Amino acid sequence: MSDASTDVSFVERQSFIELHARERATALFDPGAARELVGPFDRVESPWLPLQGVTPQADDGCVVMKGRIAGRPAVVVALEGAFQGGSLGEVSGAKMTAALDLARADSESGQPTPAVLLLETGGVRLQEANLGLAAIAEIMASILALRAHAPVITVIAGTVGCFGGMSLAAGLSSYIVMTREARLGLNGPEVIEQESGIEEFDPSDRALIWAINGGEQRYATGLADTLVEDDTQQIAAAVKDLVAKGVPSVHRSSQVALYRERIRALDPSRQWDPKELRASWGRRGDE
Amino acid sequence: MSDYAGIRGGVWFRALTAGSLPLSGDPRSVLTADAPVGKDLARFLCVVPDDQGRFPCARHGEVGLEEAYTLATRVREAIDLERNTAVKRAIVAIVDVKSQAYGRREETAAIFLAAAAAADAYGSARLAGHPVIALVVGHAFSGGFLTHGYQANRILAFDDAGVMIHAMHKEAAARITRRSVRSLEELGKTLPPLSYDVKDLAKLGLLHKLLHVENPDTPDATAIGQVAAELAAAIADTRGGPVDLNRLESSQARQTRKASILARQLLESQWRQG
Repeated sequence: MSDASTDVSFVERQSFIELHARERATALFDPGAARELVGPFDRVESPWLPLQGVTPQADDGCVVMKGRIAGRPAVVVALEGAFQGGSLGEVSGAKMTAALDLARADSESGQPTPAVLLLETGGVRLQEANLGLAAIAEIMASILALRAHAPVITVIAGTVGCFGGMSLAAGLSSYIVMTREARLGLNGPEVIEQESGIEEFDPSDRALIWAINGGEQRYATGLADTLVEDDTQQIAAAVKDLVAKGVPSVHRSSQVALYRERIRALDPSRQWDPKELRASWGRRGDE
Repeated sequence: MSDYAGIRGGVWFRALTAGSLPLSGDPRSVLTADAPVGKDLARFLCVVPDDQGRFPCARHGEVGLEEAYTLATRVREAIDLERNTAVKRAIVAIVDVKSQAYGRREETAAIFLAAAAAADAYGSARLAGHPVIALVVGHAFSGGFLTHGYQANRILAFDDAGVMIHAMHKEAAARITRRSVRSLEELGKTLPPLSYDVKDLAKLGLLHKLLHVENPDTPDATAIGQVAAELAAAIADTRGGPVDLNRLESSQARQTRKASILARQLLESQWRQG
């Protein structure tokens, strides 16, 4: 585990956050080594959005690219945060699931094919409700099946962040890469306010949101593996490192005894300062 | 109709595991017991309300941090017990969950990872060859269902107005999509993914079977026997079969999930071309 922000220095930084999904995906591959699958010209669109007066998008907000990273076969699936908040619908979900399944099939037949998921998403697309939820369950199943053979690397760069059901997909990943601008959590602050009241979570308290969900905190508490600057080359380098690292000996979501004990040790009679958690969950030594 | 999620779940947990003691040492909001189903042995798991629970936002049948890690522990225990056994016990998730827990403590302590850990355990059990069955007897909402039930090989659900399987409850979904609850209900009549009726969920090919059960809040011996027989049949149906979720092959899915099937076919053929 490393803080990649200290590994490389660049005279000129190219923002990754400002890139759209297709440009983000392209930037992670070896130069000239990628092609898009089921791209916008195939026009596989959501059949449900037009029925509700919403304009669909020709790629359904999900870009799948296959190519090589550090010379090895890999697939990148990028969600477009600018389309419907990166939400998962029937088609975008099916594309992600199929990409993960094909990577697994190749990995099982001797061609390890890691998957990189660029997650900018609020979770289920509510206009496709139950098919969105089903799609996320299917994505999760496919991550679990692939990660036994090749790493699944989640990158959350911002600005949408990764929330809702897709935070479970991130949780199942082999590795999580985040920027300081990125957020990761199950329930967004507005949802918590709606369900549990403003005294539980005040969504106007931006500092609190980043203190809890932000990349720096997730990294400092061992919940993300790499913290990167908003820099395209640095993010591509971090992904290359993790591809080279391969499948971890144990996945974070399988370390049940460790995390169950950590929860048991918490005092739920009061709210915590998120920084407190860094002392008990934080990285130690050379981690 | 149970407004208080988890009540019906507890009723069915006790009905289907009568004669077996729940395993001890866990938070009171998670019930686990090993009990026979037909010729099979099954591990039953259920999340129930506990108004004395340690975490204030997870006292009413929500799946919170402790619930998720307890489910993960108990499912993994079953996997470990039978790592070298040819015929592995079934895992039955009795589902009646309001939602995931919505709280600041939960977000701080990474409930996303807790939920992933439970889903990981259920999915790993399925991949290891345990038949994993979800029996939805009440509510199955959003992250709660992703955590507890949605990784099953087969999903059975009661065909009953008290059963609701959905991405988000009506009021919140209406607010976020800027519709009235009434117009949301109208849309659900023509668009099956939006419907709150479990019969429409069956049209999406997501359910193995809908079960018609008399008086599901107070089941008699006949109803309990009927559900146990359906569970046994679903368990038998998974044995020797594929260990993936396998949800696009039913006749219903071929009708309503054409776009999923098309996207998948195209991706597969283009994948092979390069």
